Amino acid sequence: MKLTRLLTGAALALGLAGAAVADDKTKVGFIYVGPIGDGGWTYEHDKGRLAVEEHFGDKVETVYQESVPEGADAERAITQMALQGADLIFTTSFGYMDPTVNVAAKFPNVKFEHATGYKTADNVSTYSARFYEGRAIQGHIAGKMTKSNIIGYIASYPIPEVIRGINSAYIHAKKVNPDVEFKIIWAFTWFDPAKEADAATALIEQGADVILQHTDSTAPQAAAEKAGGVITFGQASDMSEYAPFPRVSSIIDNWAPYYIARTQAVMDGTWESVQTWDGISTGMVGIGEITDAVPEDVKAEALAMKAAIAAGEYHPFTGPLKKQDGSDWLAEGKVADDGTLLGMNFYVEGLTGEIPQ
Amino acid sequence: MDLSSISPTLLLASLMVAATPILLAALGELVVERAGVLNLGVEGMMITGAICGFAIAVNTGSPLLGFAAAAVGGALLSLLFALLTQIALANHVASGLALTLFGLGLSALLGQGYVGIKPPPTGKLDIPLLSDIPFFGPVLFSHDIMVYVGLALTLAVWVMLKHTRIGLILRAVGENHDAAHALGYKVVRVRIMAILFGGACAGLGGAYISLIRVPQWTEGMTAGAGWIALALVVFASWKAGRVLLGAYLFGGVTVLQLNLQAAGVALPVEYLSMSPYVITILVLVIMSADRSRAPASLGRTFHASG
Repeated sequence: MKLTRLLTGAALALGLAGAAVADDKTKVGFIYVGPIGDGGWTYEHDKGRLAVEEHFGDKVETVYQESVPEGADAERAITQMALQGADLIFTTSFGYMDPTVNVAAKFPNVKFEHATGYKTADNVSTYSARFYEGRAIQGHIAGKMTKSNIIGYIASYPIPEVIRGINSAYIHAKKVNPDVEFKIIWAFTWFDPAKEADAATALIEQGADVILQHTDSTAPQAAAEKAGGVITFGQASDMSEYAPFPRVSSIIDNWAPYYIARTQAVMDGTWESVQTWDGISTGMVGIGEITDAVPEDVKAEALAMKAAIAAGEYHPFTGPLKKQDGSDWLAEGKVADDGTLLGMNFYVEGLTGEIPQ
Repeated sequence: MDLSSISPTLLLASLMVAATPILLAALGELVVERAGVLNLGVEGMMITGAICGFAIAVNTGSPLLGFAAAAVGGALLSLLFALLTQIALANHVASGLALTLFGLGLSALLGQGYVGIKPPPTGKLDIPLLSDIPFFGPVLFSHDIMVYVGLALTLAVWVMLKHTRIGLILRAVGENHDAAHALGYKVVRVRIMAILFGGACAGLGGAYISLIRVPQWTEGMTAGAGWIALALVVFASWKAGRVLLGAYLFGGVTVLQLNLQAAGVALPVEYLSMSPYVITILVLVIMSADRSRAPASLGRTFHASG
């Protein structure tokens, strides 16, 4: 009896000591869907993590886990990170949404931030970037640059984020080139270089001379380079190793300022559940250098569009727009509301094929 | 839907590219299993070959040296498996699974400095005259050298197993290791050689992905190709010709389904995505109705005292 009590006491004391040690450092965890070396999505999130380390120095400790599959296993990985004493956990892929909310319910003192989701709780925030703003600019360049009028699009999963990107790129390609046609391949993966390369090759063989992608590796760039005469855009990361051609510009995710701000909020005790959705105006979405492979006038137009979006003068989803089935969506001059954009599950008029259900 | 946008010529040509990594890995595993060893570490050996080949090709500027290094890398990793199962008499299944996990980790470690680098291009063998023939030219005669190596290896493995003394010994070891031992054949030595050959082939397959098919290095880039190769050996009922057929079928349907999607075929994408697996398995199951069976000693541990 005595021994048990002694041991319990010792364990308690140790636990308290451990907690005291943990308290002077804020521990920030990251759950990644791909390897940090993917050169795209996860690579940029990890750059954000490194920026947090650099900004706060000894005051923070960061941990991360790579290549966590979406779904049930994610719940285990997130739980483990919470048990390790993380104060703030960023889960950086859409498929982590339900696991994040589930784990958050079990750890009310830990703050969670889920990227690109829509479910929140008292200790769960969401954050995402308005990539569609960047895709509008890509679509514009693509529509101007294509000679075959066939643009290939490698899509990942049929979720609103991806569908929004396709619509935005299509609307702006069509605007400058009425003959343009989109060929879409659903890869059902965020990251599988061999499959992405095969998809890019299949699109190129069917006449596409512009490849847009919503998958994370640079394999499509490599395939385009091999085929020659095909242009691509960096996705999530600059992918500048393929510049100036085939990669002519890119959409860059810049998470660092957000990660630093949120870590600061946890340190100050001012963290609150928010739904952040920022774009070009705050720099969360960056446009990588438009290379000289793009004609001067097209480049100028693209930069003008970027400036207009940043200033809030132009919204990529501005009417008149119809849905694929021909029904009206946005009247002349109307702008899409965020709710519709966040839940987007339809193609706009002119796109062919069906969205996998 | 616009099926006319699919060019059969290009489809057949890219089918051969998509099939080659699986073909190489599966041929190696075929020989291993024919010798009575079940090595589930194909994925690990492939990814190790992918990074070894990539690193050497980048550092030397020669893709061919890269492929040689990939074969050596794969073989070295398989040596670990050989030591475990043939010398330490460990369980084949557990050792093979461990080899896959080890290979994935090791390759990630080796590859840390190689992310975002472009490998030297592997030239196509545009054979003069032959590659100018319409249709057959682009399909058959204008590939990179490894496509032909894969085909030649298929033939070599078939001849070796069917018509040579080495093949006979190898099969004897795989069918009944005690009898082979009683006849004076070195069972362990034969099996180690087979395992090394399997490792080298898997390494080549991996390097084909990182040097030609993708071409770049990223962690986990073999993405399950090793497991497909393993399954292929079983469904091909341990015959080299059927491994070739299965690999080309799988590669073909994989490429075809992407092309069908791009052409806007009104089939649900999920069905298209699973079609390579379903069709390959179906065809090979139907073909294996002749009751070909696995080597009798497959996966059994041999010790001379047994």
